[in-house]
Amino acid sequence: MAATILHGVGATTALSSINYNNSRRSLPERKRTSLVIQCDGSLSSGLNISNNRGAKLSTNAVAQSKQENVTASTTSKPGHELLLFEALREGLEEEMERDPHVCVMGEDVGHYGGSYKVTKGLADKYGDLRVLDTPIAENSFTGMGIGAAMTGLRPIVEGMNMGFLLLAFNQISNNCGMLHYTSGGQFKIPIVIRGPGGVGRQLGAEHSQRLESYFQSIPGIQMVACSTPYNAKGLMKAAIRSDNPVILFEHVLLYNLKERIPDEEYVLSLEEAEKVRPGKHVTVLTYSRMRYHVMQAAKTLVNKGYDPEVIDIRSLKPFDLHTIGNSVKKTHRVLIVEECMRTGGIGASLTASINEHFHDYLDAPIVCLSSQDVPTPYAGVLEEWTVVQPAQIVAAVEQLCQ
Amino acid sequence: MAQLTRRSLRLLRPTSAARLLTTTASTAPISIETSLPFTGHNIDPPSRTVETSPHELLTFYRDMALMRRMEIAADSLYKAKLIRGFCHLYDGQEAVAIGMEAAITRKDCIITAYRDHCLYLGRGGTLLEAFAELMGRSGGCSKGKGGSMHFYKKENGFYGGHGIVGAQIPLGCGLAFAQKYSKDENVTFTMYGDGAANQGQLFEALNMAALWNLPAILVCENNHYGMGTAEWRAAKSPSYFKRGDYVPGLKVDGMDALAVKQACKFAKEHALKNGPIILEMDTYRYHGHSMSDPGSTYRTRDEISGIRQERDPVERIRKLLLAHDLATEKEMKDTEKEVRKEVDEAIAKAKEIPAPDTSELFTNVYVKDFGLEAFGPDRKELRTVLP
Repeated sequence: MAATILHGVGATTALSSINYNNSRRSLPERKRTSLVIQCDGSLSSGLNISNNRGAKLSTNAVAQSKQENVTASTTSKPGHELLLFEALREGLEEEMERDPHVCVMGEDVGHYGGSYKVTKGLADKYGDLRVLDTPIAENSFTGMGIGAAMTGLRPIVEGMNMGFLLLAFNQISNNCGMLHYTSGGQFKIPIVIRGPGGVGRQLGAEHSQRLESYFQSIPGIQMVACSTPYNAKGLMKAAIRSDNPVILFEHVLLYNLKERIPDEEYVLSLEEAEKVRPGKHVTVLTYSRMRYHVMQAAKTLVNKGYDPEVIDIRSLKPFDLHTIGNSVKKTHRVLIVEECMRTGGIGASLTASINEHFHDYLDAPIVCLSSQDVPTPYAGVLEEWTVVQPAQIVAAVEQLCQ
Repeated sequence: MAQLTRRSLRLLRPTSAARLLTTTASTAPISIETSLPFTGHNIDPPSRTVETSPHELLTFYRDMALMRRMEIAADSLYKAKLIRGFCHLYDGQEAVAIGMEAAITRKDCIITAYRDHCLYLGRGGTLLEAFAELMGRSGGCSKGKGGSMHFYKKENGFYGGHGIVGAQIPLGCGLAFAQKYSKDENVTFTMYGDGAANQGQLFEALNMAALWNLPAILVCENNHYGMGTAEWRAAKSPSYFKRGDYVPGLKVDGMDALAVKQACKFAKEHALKNGPIILEMDTYRYHGHSMSDPGSTYRTRDEISGIRQERDPVERIRKLLLAHDLATEKEMKDTEKEVRKEVDEAIAKAKEIPAPDTSELFTNVYVKDFGLEAFGPDRKELRTVLP
């Protein structure tokens, strides 16, 4: 797996060392660097892909620092372990430290510390104005965030649950997405809208919504979905640094995932997909929580002799057709596993997109496994059957590879 | 014309009579009393006596005449099908734009809904940019991609130009929040209509603005009709300035530019110290809601002509100028002629500007950012070469 971490064009200054209140460690001063991390240990293939990518920034960054950083990551800094919500908080805090224009607003983000503890401790450190507790008025405080972004602030609006942001749909669609265009480029809206969504543990229909399908048509916004502490921190930082409005989708059930992440500062690219597991029989495209169901199914599949290539698409708008395309050209079979609804979901869009661009490379029709088109029921057994389970993924791969 | 040459002394070019008037007019203060008192809610209203100067009054006259002429010209352009879609005209309400501009600086922010042509002019927009945008040409203020409802001028603090009723109110609170965040002693004027005053977002925004003492001034331009519905049919309580409850309010005669100026100055001082305040401007629009609305199905022609005779803002300033001997009838007529000429010239020039290039369809969707260039907003275009 190749995860290329880039530092944004905007980050022209050297990284500042960040001292935390509890002084766990301080980040070293570094010039613009990047780190290429490979899960399977093979360095060359990863570099090839990033070199072929052509995006000026990544090739520069990789070529410049390949030697020193690979050795550095394995010998000097072992990284530190934390949970996903802590990774989000770390990314958020680093950005708030770095840029005084970054501020947070949302329900219970300040004194309460955030309903999922993502903003815990930040209000004590940065004050009540910078970590703002809003009343329960999603439409207005999202609008307020967008208005503040028009003047140059970089607000992060937290929806306590993504489903509540339906109330702010007008602001997100008309103002957030379109103002850069309708003003002829005069205003940019560097806002980040984030929150947990997805099916949880028996939370009920209204609190288990997948909003990525509703937002995906809005022109002018970018959507990303994080799935591991590593990409959560990287995507959070990238989203804050981006000058475009970004919606960061987190998942309720993934907040307590633990992983070891590097000590050095890193920023991921918002438009790139992540190859979780290389393979050659079938390309499995997934994002957010379904990544874990897919990896679980992959264990069974490997035992049965299949070699699935698993890609976490991460970027829901725009799709990383480059990585996906490369994979399709290799395996010729695609399975999409998502948590969105069947009708009009991300999978539906992705199916259409792949068919349009890579039709000639497909040996079989694209199979898309999505959640059922029903409101999520409360009963545990029923809820289990609304989302895609590993057994279904195994069956689908077997059928696809016949 | 004879008067012009007589007045154009030595080295001055034969410029217009009105330009001459405004440049040579004095800035000595004169006090004028507004014709109606202010009504306050939870606040002591300001005094009725307004400090102004001959120069300012003449500028008011000229600018309002310009705005009036621009809107009427837009009317003809729309009927000639050069302006398409929606066109919401502001004639009758000019005093609000003019009075507000006189009381504030360009560092203060104004945000309004879709009836934004005159506010754009007031904020320093040019006639050419306005007409070019209305006709969808590339020289427009939003490069032709916004249209009538999306005029913006960032450097002069004009934040638009919004099509959805009431959606600009939380945005205005956001502007005020940013002003408070950066502690720069400026205020935001968030404008909305009597129709939008029934939106929930207004009350949400009022609550937040009052809670955090944001320097937001909410201006309700009450022209008594929400498209085709009169205010008494849409609102249980038509006293929009009282609707803030815990937020103080002021009711202002919106057809009197001097009253508007006084109220806005007062509101700015209040907002910087004590947080939000609501200003209700009692005004009127002569045209219908937009060009597709004749404006006569829900109100009588007598009502419209009555207001035009008794409360017209341009007439009011004209009478003031005559009463105080600051300009003659002839000079004012010359001003109007000159303004008309200016508007016609701007329209002629705007007609020459070409429509935006088709490549402009995809520009400004995203801000150019790292990585995004590799894929492009148009997904058909794969900018990299696949192996």
